[in-house]
Amino acid sequence: MALPEKCKPSTSAKSVKAEVFSSSASVAEMEAIAKRLRRHIITMTGKAGSGHPGGSLSAVEILIALYFKVIRHKPQDPHWPERDRFILSKGHAAPALYATLAECGYFPVDELATLRRMDSCLQGHTDCTLTPGVEMSAGALGQGLSFAIGVALAGRLNLKDYRVYVLLGDGECDEGQVWEAAMSAAHFKVDNLVAIVDNNGQQIDGWNRDVMNLDPFPAKWQAFGWQVIEVDGHSVPQLTQAFDKAKLVKGQPTVIIAHTVKGKGVSFMENNPYFHGTAPTAEEVKLALKELA
Amino acid sequence: MAEEFYLRQAYGETLVELGKENPDIVVLDADLSRSTRTILFADKFPERFFNCGIAEQNMVGIAAGLAASGKIPFASTFAVFVPGRCFDQIRMSIAQPKLNVKLVVTHGGISVGEDGTSHQSIEDLALIGSLPGFTVIVPADAIETVQAVRAVAAHLGPCYIRLCRPKLPLVYEQSYRFKLGKAVTMKRGGDATIIAIGLMVKAALEAAQNLKREGIDCRVLNMSTLKPIDEAAITKAAAETGAIVTAEEHLEHGGLGSAVARVVAKHRPVPMELVAIKDTYAKSGKAAELLERYGLTAKDIGRAVKSAIKRKQLK
Repeated sequence: MALPEKCKPSTSAKSVKAEVFSSSASVAEMEAIAKRLRRHIITMTGKAGSGHPGGSLSAVEILIALYFKVIRHKPQDPHWPERDRFILSKGHAAPALYATLAECGYFPVDELATLRRMDSCLQGHTDCTLTPGVEMSAGALGQGLSFAIGVALAGRLNLKDYRVYVLLGDGECDEGQVWEAAMSAAHFKVDNLVAIVDNNGQQIDGWNRDVMNLDPFPAKWQAFGWQVIEVDGHSVPQLTQAFDKAKLVKGQPTVIIAHTVKGKGVSFMENNPYFHGTAPTAEEVKLALKELA
Repeated sequence: MAEEFYLRQAYGETLVELGKENPDIVVLDADLSRSTRTILFADKFPERFFNCGIAEQNMVGIAAGLAASGKIPFASTFAVFVPGRCFDQIRMSIAQPKLNVKLVVTHGGISVGEDGTSHQSIEDLALIGSLPGFTVIVPADAIETVQAVRAVAAHLGPCYIRLCRPKLPLVYEQSYRFKLGKAVTMKRGGDATIIAIGLMVKAALEAAQNLKREGIDCRVLNMSTLKPIDEAAITKAAAETGAIVTAEEHLEHGGLGSAVARVVAKHRPVPMELVAIKDTYAKSGKAAELLERYGLTAKDIGRAVKSAIKRKQLK
């Protein structure tokens, strides 16, 4: 599929040999990257005047752990066949993914300012036909895990050793398709698949426990045949360790339940469902950026 | 009487052939592999067959993931459980990203018979046909089924093939070659054109034969590729015969009749009659009884042709 010219990686795969991305960032440096991503999320949704900052801010460390430490990928060659796949099922966290991809070099950081605008390659929810590095079009919840199973099965059939990572929201797990998929992933024994749940405890209408109780959440995954690992979803070292541990699990899929805070990093957004799907005002952007300085 | 064959058996056998030819062919089913005949592929290539259980939405999503990774997935179950139950999954996971998934469904229409309303898919063509970029095919017999299945395997992009449950008499010779997007002239004629799909092609041919005895010479087109529809053949038929009757085992709303009417209205307005199910659900019964009750017989087509011709003469 031909991408709009401006959305292509800054150096094309043809002119420069695409390298496998690697980062030697220390824990402190990763905290700085996290702040930068959060500033992008605030700035881009603020500029767009709409979007989903809450669930984007909660997913930042998960994306950093994956893109900077865990997955093998080549930002200059997004379709590299050997790449590990990251699938964003909670498509409304698109700003977090776009910020991560831009910081890795998939497209220029300047492009983030076009979020949600006409003719932007950065759609309101992810669109794999427009954005380099986006594996799946999402936004209608509950579909990513099934898709990820297909990608994992293809890897097995093609004798590829890539691994497949799929990020779900906890609220997303209200969807029945998630549990159809969970059952089948265990049945098909796809041990090259890791699901991560951004367990921020909230959905649009409020706390999960009030809207639709998911408890006992880890026990549900266990009962469906998954290896369950629980971590602090804002600790990159804990997340990285969990991903390493998941690589050793054979014969079953792994879910990492990442305990997070919705709106993490901005005091007035934290645990505030209002900011699930509301962009910050100009004034709020200023306040938030001050906190994230 | 012409020999009768199951279209779904032809499908299953063709899958096995394709499986031998191309290691990227994979097949998914949702606990109906004996009925859809994907079991033939499952027996031959168990490592490339995924029974997803009674979970069609998940099956559609897995198929999308396989297609995104270079596989050519054929996903099958009954027609009623695909576009209806999985509409959003097909829309977002397959149609929007234009993934190379082949949805081949069986037991389409009311000829499914005794199982009744819950199993009679009469809206599926409207639903699937509404999705941008989808190719939609309704073969008329087992020979065309084999060809259509091969054609979609070779075509890059999302495809839907709808097969019916009962055996159908052959309307083609073995030498027939299906062409994606091309209507087939089954019979020449100049007084009116009958455009049909699926099991209604045979009924259309019967109707044309009966009308011939009354001195009415009908053209019969098999519009097996419902989408993208052969606009040229429709426009030509409208221009040359001045009246069009469509015949399908589907609701009047959103199926073949609607698609043909769109083309006729745009390019060559002529009187049209639609032989289709009229805004109602059918019930349990034998296939032949149901087709008669809901107005889908050669006799109904014949009446519609006469009425269209009468309207043409009113001008």
